[in-house]
Amino acid sequence: MSLTISRAFVDAIVEQSRAEYPDECCGVILGPIGSGSPVRMKPMVNAAHSPTFYEFDPKDLLALYREVDDLDEEIVVIYHSHTETEAYPSRTDIAYAGEPGAHYVLVSSRKEIAPAIEFRSYRIIDGVVTEEEVSITD
Amino acid sequence: MSIEVRIPTILRPFTKDQKAVAATGASLTALISDLDAQYPGIGDRLLENGSLRRFINIYINDEDVRFLGGLDAQIKDGDSVTILPAVAGG
Repeated sequence: MSLTISRAFVDAIVEQSRAEYPDECCGVILGPIGSGSPVRMKPMVNAAHSPTFYEFDPKDLLALYREVDDLDEEIVVIYHSHTETEAYPSRTDIAYAGEPGAHYVLVSSRKEIAPAIEFRSYRIIDGVVTEEEVSITD
Repeated sequence: MSIEVRIPTILRPFTKDQKAVAATGASLTALISDLDAQYPGIGDRLLENGSLRRFINIYINDEDVRFLGGLDAQIKDGDSVTILPAVAGG
């Protein structure tokens, strides 16, 4: 298992996490259904506006799934930021993970590691977290 | 009365991989009870101690049922129901 993702998306997610700091940021990257390939990034509003929690607004969530269905896409990546902790799924992340087919991407720009950032990807299925390799393409 | 219910990927193991199923019920409680009768076990994934699970969103047409009375929400012929897992975490 691995995630192949373009540098532009990695940069855009890191940029979004900095722009929304200290709140967590979140979003998805969509791709043609069945491709498993992330091609269209869609930043989402963190309706929780919190440094320790993120949640897509229920109305945005419904609109997102309808859009994905209409365009024959799938949710390839679900990403969010951790602002003060490492880029590893929290207990809450695991409890809520509801898309067994998605790559769950976590980014952390916590100050202990600045100016470096962490960008890591996981599968979360039935409460089991499996980290996967990330290949960044130019 | 038959209501179309859209099922998210995570619950499709209960519905033999069907993306949408038909169910009946004049309220959300009745609809979930009918779903569970047809697809045993699915009710438990939607409810916890008699309430909607926090990380499941259910919509009647375009409206989140939390704004329609929750489990008491009324459903009429021709409505469509969509179940989606919340996208959330910490």
